[in-house]
Amino acid sequence: MSNRRLIVSGSPHIHTGSSVKSRMWGVVIALLPALAFSLYAFGIGALVVIAVSVLGCVMTEYLIQRYLIKGELTITNGSAVITGLLLAMNLPSNLPVWIVLIGCVVAIGLGKYAFGGLGQNIFNPAILGRVFLLISFPQQMTSWPLPMVNRASYLDATTGATILGKMKLNELVPDNVDLMGAFMGQMGGSLGEMCGLAILLGGAYLLVRRIISWHIPVSIIATVALFSWCAGINPLVSILSGGVLLGAVFMATDYVTSPMTHKGMVLYGVMIGVITMIIRLWGAYPEGVSFAILIMNGFTPLINKYMRPRQFGERKVK
Amino acid sequence: MSLIYVSLAILGGIGVLSSLILYIVAKRFNVEENPKIAEIEELLPGANCGGCGKNGCHDFATACAEAKSLEGLRCPSCNDEIMARIASIAGLAPAAPAKPMVAVLHCNGTCENRPVKSEYDGPVSCHILNSLYIGARGCAYGCLGCGDCMLACNFGAMSLNPLTGIVEIDETKCVGCGACAKMCPRHLIELRARGPRGLRVYVACANKDKGALAMKECGVSCIGCGKCVKECVHEAITIKDNLAYIDYEKCKLCRKCESVCPREAIHAVNFPVKKEAQAAIND
Amino acid sequence: MLKTFKKGGIHVPEYKLTAEKPIVDIPAPREVVVTFSQHIGAMAVCDVKPGDHVVKGQIIAKANGVVSANIHTPISGKVKTIGKWKTAFGYPCDTVTIVASDEDVQYDAEHGFEPRTEEEIKALTPEDIKEIVADAGVVGLGGATFPTKVKLCPPPGMHADILIINGAECEPFLTNDHALMLACPDEIIEGVKYIMRATGVNRAVIGVEDNKRDAICNLEKHLEGESGISVMPLKTKYPQGGEKQLIKAVTGKEVPNGALPISVGAIVQNVGTAYAIYRAVKLREPLISRILTVSGKHVQSPGNFRVFLGTPLKTVIEAAGGIPEDTGKIILGGPMMGKAIVSIDAPTIKGVSGVVLIPEDEARRTQENPCIRCGACVEACPMGLEPYMLMPLTENGEWEMLNEHGVRNCIECGCCAYSCPSNRPLLDFIRLGKFKVNEMMRKKS
Repeated sequence: MSNRRLIVSGSPHIHTGSSVKSRMWGVVIALLPALAFSLYAFGIGALVVIAVSVLGCVMTEYLIQRYLIKGELTITNGSAVITGLLLAMNLPSNLPVWIVLIGCVVAIGLGKYAFGGLGQNIFNPAILGRVFLLISFPQQMTSWPLPMVNRASYLDATTGATILGKMKLNELVPDNVDLMGAFMGQMGGSLGEMCGLAILLGGAYLLVRRIISWHIPVSIIATVALFSWCAGINPLVSILSGGVLLGAVFMATDYVTSPMTHKGMVLYGVMIGVITMIIRLWGAYPEGVSFAILIMNGFTPLINKYMRPRQFGERKVK
Repeated sequence: MSLIYVSLAILGGIGVLSSLILYIVAKRFNVEENPKIAEIEELLPGANCGGCGKNGCHDFATACAEAKSLEGLRCPSCNDEIMARIASIAGLAPAAPAKPMVAVLHCNGTCENRPVKSEYDGPVSCHILNSLYIGARGCAYGCLGCGDCMLACNFGAMSLNPLTGIVEIDETKCVGCGACAKMCPRHLIELRARGPRGLRVYVACANKDKGALAMKECGVSCIGCGKCVKECVHEAITIKDNLAYIDYEKCKLCRKCESVCPREAIHAVNFPVKKEAQAAIND
Repeated sequence: MLKTFKKGGIHVPEYKLTAEKPIVDIPAPREVVVTFSQHIGAMAVCDVKPGDHVVKGQIIAKANGVVSANIHTPISGKVKTIGKWKTAFGYPCDTVTIVASDEDVQYDAEHGFEPRTEEEIKALTPEDIKEIVADAGVVGLGGATFPTKVKLCPPPGMHADILIINGAECEPFLTNDHALMLACPDEIIEGVKYIMRATGVNRAVIGVEDNKRDAICNLEKHLEGESGISVMPLKTKYPQGGEKQLIKAVTGKEVPNGALPISVGAIVQNVGTAYAIYRAVKLREPLISRILTVSGKHVQSPGNFRVFLGTPLKTVIEAAGGIPEDTGKIILGGPMMGKAIVSIDAPTIKGVSGVVLIPEDEARRTQENPCIRCGACVEACPMGLEPYMLMPLTENGEWEMLNEHGVRNCIECGCCAYSCPSNRPLLDFIRLGKFKVNEMMRKKS
């Protein structure tokens, strides 16, 4: 009895039990519906791109941790898996393996470890990888295989334009967009942005498990809707076409690169919505969610500095 | 073709304009500094240890350059030659050579002498541990072994011995700046004179409890018995709060106290090994 | 719609294993060790000599200055020694050891304290009540142990208009206040009336979280026909029992930074303190015993106990069935704000609201990871601070910046470290930073 060595530490002595690992794998679970739909829509192409992307990111992280940093191996915490999945969701299903691998190395190496690893990066690694590929390989990155018809083909898939691409070229009037089709994933696009329903299911899961708060997704979607309504476009067309839902639910809510406070999150979301719509309406690219998130990632430290929580009992400055 | 000229003109113009602005700003906001300061700073170690009592090396250099006398201004990690050069730059007489100091840990509570009684499960920081409880190895006064002093040391002189669980000071690296002494939450580190040829005698304990309690806590604690005080003919030892203290100014390094201490709490370092002891080792 | 405080806060698992348990008396031990530092503020000054005979309730150490409290002996007996004794945290502290002989035990059994009659109580002035409270050495029994008399005397020019009695008990495991509200509602209400008389406040609210429905109903039943005192059920949320959070929940007012509750006209007292005041005023009994919870997942018979101060913690734990074999950590207080101890030979003191025993497999912290900037700590902080930023500022010794970020407002509730998914020791560092900044500010002024 007297030989017992008691453990001593400072309070609190209990913990919520939530860990980085559990939250990261929670995000992976939330991505499953969208993944399943992309496999259903693109078949073998989706499988190859997703598998290469995830393995590429995990391997890059492993190699960097093992041989460059020579530190602790943390690949089991799932953050590299998420980066890989999110990168894959932003790629077309007919992208050659070597381009996907370049994306992985840029995402993990440049996006994450160049800044010091998990928690230190300024930009969302997956988006950085995607934007790098978009600028470096514009042609391969913007030829979108048509869904459902390409299940057995990979590099030789028949391609078509996205809704936004057509609208940019004035081939499609917003009023003629098949909204239900866009919601259920009948239009071409990146792997993950296809089916609005699947993304919203994942988002609901994240919200219920309190992995994310509602502030960022809601403010992005509401801003996009309001902006397009003011510009005379059907708000639903803007939301359902392109990567707004995917970006709002999965990409912009990345912990490391989004603001800490709720009011900061709202500002961040609103600005992403505004920049997205500006790029869509007046920019050279048909889609601007990735760029918008990347730009606002850069502003996050500034938002954290100025949008601080109000302290309890803070005296008003007279 | 004309496009290239226009671009060149615009870029060149921006370049010229920027350099102009930079030039004006540099002139406008230039702070005149005594050139001696930079010269002196060059001689200093640049560790910003604070051992001189100033806020870093630049502050010390400024103080030297502006002082009327160098008395009291001394960089603990500079030898007399460097101090003389600083004095010549400042145009002042060099200060009297100071006694070289070295940091000494007043604790010998190794794992053997002070068995581990509990398990600390928190951040490795003496300050935090000290605020929570007595520490994993008993004794409210002893070394906690989290190494806050190691972080404070700019010269790599402190190291934590994993076998003993307490901090060790490498006297060849210690410059006597005192950063560790300021850091230690239990004030266990004292700056003492290095002594001739590095010979020093000190009490390696800081336990202020009464004898019985101190004896229970640690195998080599000072219990304030006073034997050393009686033995010392130089009146160098005093007892305060049940703890002996050897005044290094008065100590003549006779080592009589060391041999009478029943707790082996008095340490004499760097003395040559006695002949008999050497013989014992050789056998 | 139940009231609560708005900013931050978390929902912690309740583990109120002892909610239904009655209060069991632990008999006074034959030997008690009474320490002189059982409260916030200056240590009391010893008033006895070794060999003296003392009678139960006699003052053995006198308050030293305004923020200090008297210490009384819980048993009659002979002063054996005066000297250092190790506290539960291992540090030596000045103590008195008192040993009772058979006659002393007999005497204590036959002689109680002589209660004041109704007339005597009616005749008491507010000043008299404050004097009695101070003499009885009453301190805040919620855990902070701030001398109660100081709280009853608002600074000149300040006036209180509401008395809030803290029955929130938001800490997991602890049920000592709950048990008290079930067992002694009349005594608590009586104590509240004395506080109201002493402070001249004519409105009192007992704030109780709605996970203690039976206590709310019980108090309401006994409050029938009383005017000025009411019970307010509060929505369960940690740290509702924090003084500032409770005032916000009950009155909707925020105590400004660095100000006392009296600046918004509120005085907050714990239910346990109200009960101690009742015993001091009505029964003439100084603070020599308190109610505490002994609990833990593997404790054999957890319960609520009335313990004489000075009883060794070991005896208290044995009353609940002893220490389970797999215990890894013993906490004085609740698991959110309580302190882990190393010695169970130490005596019970005024501030111990509970003893919680945590099994070894849950006692260690899990591995610390880098901050992922998820903002969980910012969301959880009831004071609107940014713990993720305060921790590295402390590590780097940026005391000025820490002060600007309001580290001194931290109430050390532990919400940040509790909710951090990376298991970062946020509060450990913030506590150190707060201490250092306070030290720096004291030096400045």
